[in-house]
Amino acid sequence: MRDFFQHVVIGLSNGGIYASLALALVLIYRATRVINFAQGEMAMFTTFIAWSLLDRGLPYWGAFFATLAIAFGAGVALERIVIRPVERAPALIAVMVTIGLLIALNGAAFWIWGGEPKSFPSAFSTRTVDVGGVVFSIQDAGTIGVTIGAVALLWAFFRYTKLGLALRAAAVNPEESRLVGVRVGWMLALGWGLAAVLGAVSGMLIAPALFLDPNMMRPVLLYAFAAAVLGGLDSPVGAVVGALVLGLGLELLTAYVDALAELQLPIAFAIILAVLLVRPAGLLGRPAVSRV
Amino acid sequence: MIGLALRIVLFLGALAVAAFVPTWVDPFRAYEFGYVGIYFIAILGLNILTGYTGQISLAQGAFMAIGGYTSAILMVDHGVKDVWTLPVAGVVAGAGGLMFGIPALRLRGPYLALATFAVAVALPSVLRYDQLDGVTHGGAGIQLFGVPELTASITPLEVFGHELQFEEWIYYVSWTAAAVLFVVAWLLLRGRQGRAFRAVRDSEVAAAASGVHPASYKTLAFGISAFYAGVAGDLYALATTFVNPETYPVALSLALVVGVVASGLGSLWGVLAGAFLVEYLPTIAGHVSKEPGVPSVVYGAILIALMLALPGGFVGALRLLGRPLTSRRFSRS
Repeated sequence: MRDFFQHVVIGLSNGGIYASLALALVLIYRATRVINFAQGEMAMFTTFIAWSLLDRGLPYWGAFFATLAIAFGAGVALERIVIRPVERAPALIAVMVTIGLLIALNGAAFWIWGGEPKSFPSAFSTRTVDVGGVVFSIQDAGTIGVTIGAVALLWAFFRYTKLGLALRAAAVNPEESRLVGVRVGWMLALGWGLAAVLGAVSGMLIAPALFLDPNMMRPVLLYAFAAAVLGGLDSPVGAVVGALVLGLGLELLTAYVDALAELQLPIAFAIILAVLLVRPAGLLGRPAVSRV
Repeated sequence: MIGLALRIVLFLGALAVAAFVPTWVDPFRAYEFGYVGIYFIAILGLNILTGYTGQISLAQGAFMAIGGYTSAILMVDHGVKDVWTLPVAGVVAGAGGLMFGIPALRLRGPYLALATFAVAVALPSVLRYDQLDGVTHGGAGIQLFGVPELTASITPLEVFGHELQFEEWIYYVSWTAAAVLFVVAWLLLRGRQGRAFRAVRDSEVAAAASGVHPASYKTLAFGISAFYAGVAGDLYALATTFVNPETYPVALSLALVVGVVASGLGSLWGVLAGAFLVEYLPTIAGHVSKEPGVPSVVYGAILIALMLALPGGFVGALRLLGRPLTSRRFSRS
């Protein structure tokens, strides 16, 4: 039983990391109906920036927040430069552009930092603590904490600020938002900026466990896709729930079913396919209605 | 419009020239051209799926892996001669494509891209899976070099008293397959069939109203595209002389997408250009800078530039996929 709870903590911690990335995907999908294939590489790239800052001697939290700021600026800039021109085009074109971004960012990271895996420090110690017989590392608890904090901040931003309201309005009904004075174009850019920040959080949280290299986020992106699809691509709450369910499920499956230990990625694929086939809207999403 | 007779003459002329290329260039160059032929086949198949039927697939490399593994297993474990594995690899991968095509029917546009991306990312861990070691040989992969079933890998092949090096053999086998499959694609896509594929791409509703069953054609396109990928993957395994879970990486699938986008729509020269791009871009980028990753930066930049700057080409064809033209003008999609 003690083992079980340890796996639960690890599963939730992984789920928290997937949640940040899944939430980033959902933010962009809601605003522009684009599935951002570059989300994982954006996270990887910003994590490399954090590594460079740490390498120059910045303290951890200084580098952490500086990276978030850089990620925000870069996300906004990306939207303005490459996404905006295809904003009115069918979603497929924009998807192709994000695939181009995926390839280019991956290459750029190899170019700048090389393919050698780098160790990335964790904000939290890997020391374990014992709470009521359940032993878990401070790192896992910290990861869960940071994720909860980020999600709560984001929720408060969308719920209680005027800017958050404008963002939601621009995503739901761009025409009418424009009529009441919301600058829809900039709202979309802001959405990309926030998504880049969330991606950076997930990258910096997972880098200590995986070692930092340009392909680090590929599998994580697949889990985030699975989580977002599971929860519903247009539902932020769904993304978080989906990510936690996925993180927990994968951890428990691989811990207790030996035959499945190496098959986490195929399982994520099976989840994506099954959800898209049976209930494309996901657990908490709204079914899409299309007019012909 | 070029006449049919002229087209056939041009095609045969190109074949005749192609047959003599290895006598003019050194074996290594012929070997590179062999890879161009392999990419030609893979992009041709992807073009049928994406260019003609309007479905995005990021899994062409994964279907190539199925073909390559089929070939390697047949040669090493069952003693089948390399050329005879080609049709089998095509059929096995094609069957995989049909099986994936049926659920993919329910997925449109971005969702399909997502599902195929998942296939490409997840496949290596299936190939590495230890319970399947008996079939796939696990993480070590399958070595083909020096296997008697691989033509010309030990001693050069004797053809009409002329010695054919392994590199030249790869050139000939790739381009023979490419020429056959090109004719097949041409026959398949001209006339009624081709119009049906394009109708499905342009408007499924209109296609259905005209008596074309969109689901059948979309599934069929997946099957054909995967068949082409299977043959290409088989040849790729022969040329590389081994297969392992990393032989067909996600990057290959992505490079093929760039290739198909660069090749535009269905023209022979387009696909040829796309194939040359996929083979030579890493080399050319290597001349500019030796750093790793530079080719990917260029690939990505080309893909983005094509999408942003050439709305009339590939984009024009895909335009009707997302939405009817009229609503695009008035709403942000």
